[in-house]
Amino acid sequence: MQSLINHLSFAAGRFASNRGLAVAIFLGPVVGAMLAFGAVAAQDATNVITIDNFTFSPKELTVPVGATVKWVNHDDIPHTIVEKKTTFRSKALDTDDGYSFTFTSAGTFDYFCGLHPHMVGQVIVK
Amino acid sequence: MARKGFEDHGQGLGRRQVLECMVWAGTGVLWGVSGGVPHSVGLIGDAVAAEPTGFTFLQMSDSHIGFDKAANPDALGTLREAVAKVKAMPIKPSFIIHTGDITHLSKPAEFDNADKAFGETGVQIHYVPGEHDIIDEERGKAYLERYGKGSKGAGWYSFDDHGIHFIGLVNVVDLKGGGLGNLGAEQLAWLEADLKDKSNSTPIVVFAHIPLQVIYREWGWGTEDGMHALSLLKRFGSVTVLNGHIHQLAQKVEGNMTFHTALSTAFPQPAPGSAPSPGPMLVPADKLRTMLGLSAVNVVQGNKPLAIVDKTLAG
Repeated sequence: MQSLINHLSFAAGRFASNRGLAVAIFLGPVVGAMLAFGAVAAQDATNVITIDNFTFSPKELTVPVGATVKWVNHDDIPHTIVEKKTTFRSKALDTDDGYSFTFTSAGTFDYFCGLHPHMVGQVIVK
Repeated sequence: MARKGFEDHGQGLGRRQVLECMVWAGTGVLWGVSGGVPHSVGLIGDAVAAEPTGFTFLQMSDSHIGFDKAANPDALGTLREAVAKVKAMPIKPSFIIHTGDITHLSKPAEFDNADKAFGETGVQIHYVPGEHDIIDEERGKAYLERYGKGSKGAGWYSFDDHGIHFIGLVNVVDLKGGGLGNLGAEQLAWLEADLKDKSNSTPIVVFAHIPLQVIYREWGWGTEDGMHALSLLKRFGSVTVLNGHIHQLAQKVEGNMTFHTALSTAFPQPAPGSAPSPGPMLVPADKLRTMLGLSAVNVVQGNKPLAIVDKTLAG
């Protein structure tokens, strides 16, 4: 994305390269479509955190009060989701198993995998 | 082969790493101990010294019964192969120490299948749980009901055999976010009391699932309060620490302490930092059995030499 932005500003700033200008015109609608997709995702009631390679992604997620967050494990090894103050704790999630929790109050929720505690993540509820 | 192994304070590639490379090529290494200093005396097959002359026991680990993914679709099958190796040993070991992850998901059928396979050995087995053995709904109850008789807390215990004091520790429960394996204050207090009346000359073998020393913090391969336990063991003349969890061989000697991690009988895991995660490592089918195996420990009474022989399923 960064290189795309650089390329676009190069094209806009110089107006010297026909090729650069052509790229800017061509990519304009794509960037627009990506922004629109982002807006739709933010309105989605279900926020998904995936587990791949012993890593939560996104590692930090901000959601509104009342939002439901779903964790899905894509590893070949089971994981669990445990909130630091045990506000919530999942059972063991085998490959492709999921766990959902609805956040009814604002706050910062630090969680980790109860089996591999070096795996950590955070949900911020505003 | 770049490997990080135990955090060794910048000693670089040592004999251990070189030996590990040989192990990964599908052979085994015989370790002997004289005067508290382990030395390799040969590869399995070459060394006549590999024939046990004293009291022997086996270490088996990470059976992961129930695991059926690409890295090994038949973990029960490879356990059975390992059991067949045990049955074929010319001198039967006194017992087996299992350093955890008997099952993959703590399901009753997985424990049943494991028990049936291990029962075939006809040898007594001393277990400690891995994190995969305590993920039933009641978090460890299934394990304790099967294997916890006579143990304390989450399943720790000690026993004596042939003048050696054996200690099974549990470092997979009540783990803290961001941390490593955990023994906890209650278990450490028990350990201190357990060792109190033991003389410094008593040989000690301590076993637990996750390595007590930190091998690779980024992957959680170590125990947060493991050094506390090791400090309680420092005064003893001979301490052998047997662990599992990392599904590969790692050995280290520090003073009178020898650290050894065992191969899994189910699937290999990557060397520290060599892959994006410590998950199961996919290897060609004809290579798999060179990366699975078991360890035989030979203890000769008197001058206390102790040899650990790692044997792969292919060897």
